[in-house]
Amino acid sequence: MALDEIYKEVILDHYKSPRNKRELPGAAHTCTRNNPLCGDEIGVSANVVDGRISEVTFQGAGCSISQSSASMMTESVNGTPVEEALGLAADFRSMMAGEVEPTEERFGDLVALKGVVQYPIRIKCAVLAWDVLQEALTGGGEASTAQSH
Amino acid sequence: MDGTGLDVERIRADFPILTRMFGGKPLVYLDSAATSHKPVQVIEAEADFYRLHNANAHRGIYALGEEATQAFEDARGAIARFLGASDPARLVFTRGTTEAINLVALGWARPRLGPGDEIVLTEMEHHSNIVPWQMAAKATGATLRYVGLTEDGMLDLPPDLSDLFTERTKVLAVTAISNALGTINPVRALADAAHSVGAVVVVDGAQAAPQTPIDVDALGADFFAFSGHKMLGPTASGGLIGTRERLEETEPVIGGGDMIREVFHDHSTWNDVPFRFEAGTMQVAQQVGLAAAVAYLEALGMDAVRAHEAELTRYAIDRLEAAGARVFGPESTTVHGGAVSFWYRDVHPHDLAQILGEDAVCIRAGHHCAQLVMRRYGTPATSRASFSIYNTVEEIDLLVEALARAGEVFAV
Repeated sequence: MALDEIYKEVILDHYKSPRNKRELPGAAHTCTRNNPLCGDEIGVSANVVDGRISEVTFQGAGCSISQSSASMMTESVNGTPVEEALGLAADFRSMMAGEVEPTEERFGDLVALKGVVQYPIRIKCAVLAWDVLQEALTGGGEASTAQSH
Repeated sequence: MDGTGLDVERIRADFPILTRMFGGKPLVYLDSAATSHKPVQVIEAEADFYRLHNANAHRGIYALGEEATQAFEDARGAIARFLGASDPARLVFTRGTTEAINLVALGWARPRLGPGDEIVLTEMEHHSNIVPWQMAAKATGATLRYVGLTEDGMLDLPPDLSDLFTERTKVLAVTAISNALGTINPVRALADAAHSVGAVVVVDGAQAAPQTPIDVDALGADFFAFSGHKMLGPTASGGLIGTRERLEETEPVIGGGDMIREVFHDHSTWNDVPFRFEAGTMQVAQQVGLAAAVAYLEALGMDAVRAHEAELTRYAIDRLEAAGARVFGPESTTVHGGAVSFWYRDVHPHDLAQILGEDAVCIRAGHHCAQLVMRRYGTPATSRASFSIYNTVEEIDLLVEALARAGEVFAV
């Protein structure tokens, strides 16, 4: 896959017009992490009702891969059961590890990120938002699991 | 020949890696501040050591062992002289700058520092000249103080430099040239002011040694740390030059073979300086390779090298700014060495470096192990183009052309 395909429209679209990029005051689940390699930062906030993600937002700054991945993530897990979101996070990591050939049925827009697999140093950029989501959702049920390092 | 006295075309012929192509495009390597390439003279010197002279240095009492020891110690003398130290015993071999600074922080500073003592650093330092001091401060109760930075990438210095220091200042640790901004610091003036309160001056020479003439004593350095791999030498070569007095005061931090004089059941006595700091088998072939690198640089002349770096830096700053990039660091190349940090329009450095990589243009993107610099200028990262003796203005043209392509991808 040529590089231009990585930056295909869908990634640039999410990068330039990120979805669900805002604060979520009083959110039950929050977590912030950065990628020490590049300084990219992603914070995820979510509320869960009856085991289902009722609302999820992100904030942060960084490269097109990290920011578009976060934007697409919020779209793909919004309204889904927590277990399903965590399963998708695991599958996304498998896709980034090159273990799973992604399908659009499973991944939707996220398929656009599969070209990143060829650039190992940037896989961390793509996976960051998902790590933060998982940490936010599984962080011991505390009101805040914010962490920065 | 370019205008500075270096025959770059002829130099390039000595660097085999520069003939490589990526995706049908010639390698444009603008990341020499991270590590430089190696001329065939260095590669052959290291290989010849293994082919013809290999034995463990300081051990074998046979002709081959003597040859290995001789080659290693000849390298010590040549490298020390290149940096202005006529006494080879002032050079402790290390894997590079990081290990050298850690030796000073652990072996010299820790036994001497206590609560209330001050270590003065600058916000321009590479993490390798910050973290060892943080560790020393934590272990001893000493306090860290930082010299800040001006908007244009210089140290923010008071009119009277002695105002930076107090009676409690024990260490000034400062980089001669910033890896993140390219800034050339007034080390001698800072050292004089630090010495007036009795502080010891530790100079990070990782970026300066490859591109400027160095005389450690003229610089006022009590300790001078440098990396061979950034100055045409092999990885794991480099060292620490100290004054004899400070080295005699320094405790060894790694115990083992060859660093001792005598070993008893409960204690040992130390070998002489510098051998007491060189436990275990050293990087013999690598330091021999570094001696060849130093010979290569000496043949070019470090004044000519510096002039070449200044010319490329001037050209790069002008072209990048004309292309719409924000350049960090000083405008004048009298205080700006061969590294240019920038942000191109709204393209994140990670994205930029990857797109440039498709054109075989290699730049660094990230925080450059200088997060205090990034924080000072409110950016998580920058793109950095850095130069060596084999770079040309044509390569900077290729960089700027590749930037335009990245701008098209991101439509900025």
